Amino acid sequence: MNKGKVSFNKQLLIPIAALVALALFNLIKDPSFFKIALGTNSAGDPVLSGYLITILDYGSELAILAIGMTLVTAASGGQDISVGAAIAIAGSVILRVLCGTNSRPDTLQAPIIVAFLVACVVAMLFGAFNGILVAYFKIQPMVATLILFTAGRSIAAWINNNELPIISEPKFGYFGGYIPGVPIPTPFFIAIICVIIIMLVLKFTTLGLYTQAVGINGSSSRLNGINPQFIKFLTFVILGLCVAVAGLIKVSRLSTINYSVIAKDIEMDAILAVALGGNSLSGGKFNMTASILGAYVIQFLTTTLYKMNVQSDALSAYKAVVVIILVVLSTPVVRKKLSQLGAAILPNKKEA
Amino acid sequence: MKDNAVLELHNINKSFPGVRALQGVDFTLRKGEIHALMGENGAGKSTLIKVITGVYEKEEGEILLEGYDHAINIHSPQHAQDVGISTVYQEITLCPNLTVAENMYIGRTKGAIQNWKKMNEDADKILKSLDIPAKANQQLASCSLAVQQMVAIARAVDMECKVLILDEPTSSLDDNEVQKLFGLMRDLKKKGVGIIFVTHFLDQVYEVCDRITVLRDGKLVGEYEIADLPRVELVSKMLGKELDDLSDIKGESDNTDALEKAETIFEAEGLQSDAGIKPFDFYIKKGEVNGFTGLLGSGRSECVRAIFGADRVINGTVKKNGKTIKINKPIDAMRNGIAYLPEDRKADGIIGDLSVRDNIILASQVLRGFLKPISKAKAYKLAEEYIDMLDIKTASADTPIKSLSGGNQQKVILARWLLMHPEYLILDEPTRGIDVGTKVDIQKLVLKLASEGMSVTFISSETDEMLRTCSRLVVMRDRKVVGELKGDELTQSGIMKTIAGGDNNE
Repeated sequence: MNKGKVSFNKQLLIPIAALVALALFNLIKDPSFFKIALGTNSAGDPVLSGYLITILDYGSELAILAIGMTLVTAASGGQDISVGAAIAIAGSVILRVLCGTNSRPDTLQAPIIVAFLVACVVAMLFGAFNGILVAYFKIQPMVATLILFTAGRSIAAWINNNELPIISEPKFGYFGGYIPGVPIPTPFFIAIICVIIIMLVLKFTTLGLYTQAVGINGSSSRLNGINPQFIKFLTFVILGLCVAVAGLIKVSRLSTINYSVIAKDIEMDAILAVALGGNSLSGGKFNMTASILGAYVIQFLTTTLYKMNVQSDALSAYKAVVVIILVVLSTPVVRKKLSQLGAAILPNKKEA
Repeated sequence: MKDNAVLELHNINKSFPGVRALQGVDFTLRKGEIHALMGENGAGKSTLIKVITGVYEKEEGEILLEGYDHAINIHSPQHAQDVGISTVYQEITLCPNLTVAENMYIGRTKGAIQNWKKMNEDADKILKSLDIPAKANQQLASCSLAVQQMVAIARAVDMECKVLILDEPTSSLDDNEVQKLFGLMRDLKKKGVGIIFVTHFLDQVYEVCDRITVLRDGKLVGEYEIADLPRVELVSKMLGKELDDLSDIKGESDNTDALEKAETIFEAEGLQSDAGIKPFDFYIKKGEVNGFTGLLGSGRSECVRAIFGADRVINGTVKKNGKTIKINKPIDAMRNGIAYLPEDRKADGIIGDLSVRDNIILASQVLRGFLKPISKAKAYKLAEEYIDMLDIKTASADTPIKSLSGGNQQKVILARWLLMHPEYLILDEPTRGIDVGTKVDIQKLVLKLASEGMSVTFISSETDEMLRTCSRLVVMRDRKVVGELKGDELTQSGIMKTIAGGDNNE
């Protein structure tokens, strides 16, 4: 009953256990997985390289999306599967604003910040569209977002008249690459900023309490004066903002866009990050830290599979198997069985 | 078997863990009669129906059915249908996306081949003979609720039932539709079907039934001819109170004079919500405890939900201290100092997975606003304070509320609203399903709050409780306000007379 007692949340054990398992696997298989080298890139700036850096780099996009996905899941008890398509739209908007009418401009037609802000507005509008369908028309989130999932990439192509704009300005590459003089990939810093913002929001507003209350019991939340529809709507808009940030990183990496490939299947990884964080996919209580950690674990897995030279076509199948194992192991049914089993074999062993 | 009887139950016993749901119940249904089964919530009506329809197995007793010379054992709903007992439930259990005929014959085809043409012809014949305004090949969803209900009955009838059980079939129908349904019931009665009719609408019982069997607390109270049982007596039998009994527990009306002078804080005029209540007027004075009473389903909860904005208000005005206020949703009511503890604790009260602490601060937090979260330390302090004050038994303030006992959950919800320091507190069945000690605590608390100037509306199914706490009672029947009792009128018999109505004011 001590007030303010800092308690370690048991939920964090799930992604941490998965992380340790993956790390051990790589350590046994090939310890060079953990090697980090300092080199220089084509521009002559110092950069760190290695599998761990890749995980930090690409896991960050996922972590940013996991923030929004966690809130959507908690409030609506469903998931947004249009995230990848929405990233294509956001990325396309950024390129369109930067390029103007010419698809290969020598100089940027607008400041990068303006392009990013426009993308934020557009992505939040698409989030609002999903949110209205889910919150006010009470359509199942997966079904509602299926619309944008199907149409999103066509919309993205249409924004740029189906051309492939290329940005030659090197500064634009900083967001998905490296800032000169800083050897750590920029997406990691962007993710840190996003995490700090969401943690501040959760601390200084009642967003966390409301989303959980709405997800657990909408009827009783309403009788406590909360507007459940608006909260659900809001979570989709916040996810839209996350999508815009991820979109910026994605197009910055290549300085161009491939409408059909960009951020493909990323929604599945984002949803898995939430699940791996031990959050119930049917909504209610959530743990943001666990989701973010889950995002990096998913990327750890992907990178491990790449390292093992799994063909990219077969990647999803391998991933699915590993994920099934992880998710099934974390279900209450199995955990209960495991702890009974553990108690039977090793009386002193802690619950995994 | 008795003459004319189509179904006889003798000495039926059934228990669930901790409850004896039926104790030695007898029941007789005759050919061509409509027999009402009456009782308050928990009286054992549904259990009895479920024993007859084979959902539950009885533990003791025998069931005799016309056409069988020995007692039978009904072991499943399918078996019940096979021996001629059909049931139509409150909620329509047909498939709206299929046609009327398909609904009537679904699950009854023998073999793999269905003769669609014959099925439609048969269905049309039955619909016509029962005078049901529907076509066999019409989609069920396109029929009105009443017609759907009738199709459900037609399905039951076509299975050549001897016994038809109608479990609250009228609760979602309007007056016109109810009349149509009654017409159909009377036709079936003429054809010799025995009908068991379960309802909580007294008027309907007296309109259509021939006999009444009353249950209370799992026991048989008696079987009566409708003409021999005036409404007042029926109500008294259902509630288990004799008319001239208990009139000594008068409300603590020593402050009546003070209340007369107290100013009215909230008043409503012609208030009506979309939950199906008739428009009603209402007022409450500062420091007053009033109550809504009436049988289950009479509209008590719907009235207070309308005041709180929990249901959509479609008509009427609410005034606070004489000034009109707008209440469209719960937060509007909360901003005006109204708190509401809902009837269904599990569905509308608790947020199960959240901690006791979060459950306590929730309403106050919402009132403070989105950008002003109550700090964790403050929340703990407030939660601890109310846990002590109301003596809530919980391992800690961090325990999820769902792991508490019902009475303690209720105290947490009470704490939530008290923390808001409301001017007007509405308590809808605050003592349902909780132990006697806690009940008394809550009653005392209500009186204490009122003496400190809070206005309280107290709703309870237990009349004694209302008489002990309320100084004024609004009486409801069939979804409208039918009277108001105060002072000397506040007695068991006064309440029963007004609930029953019929002979004095209607």
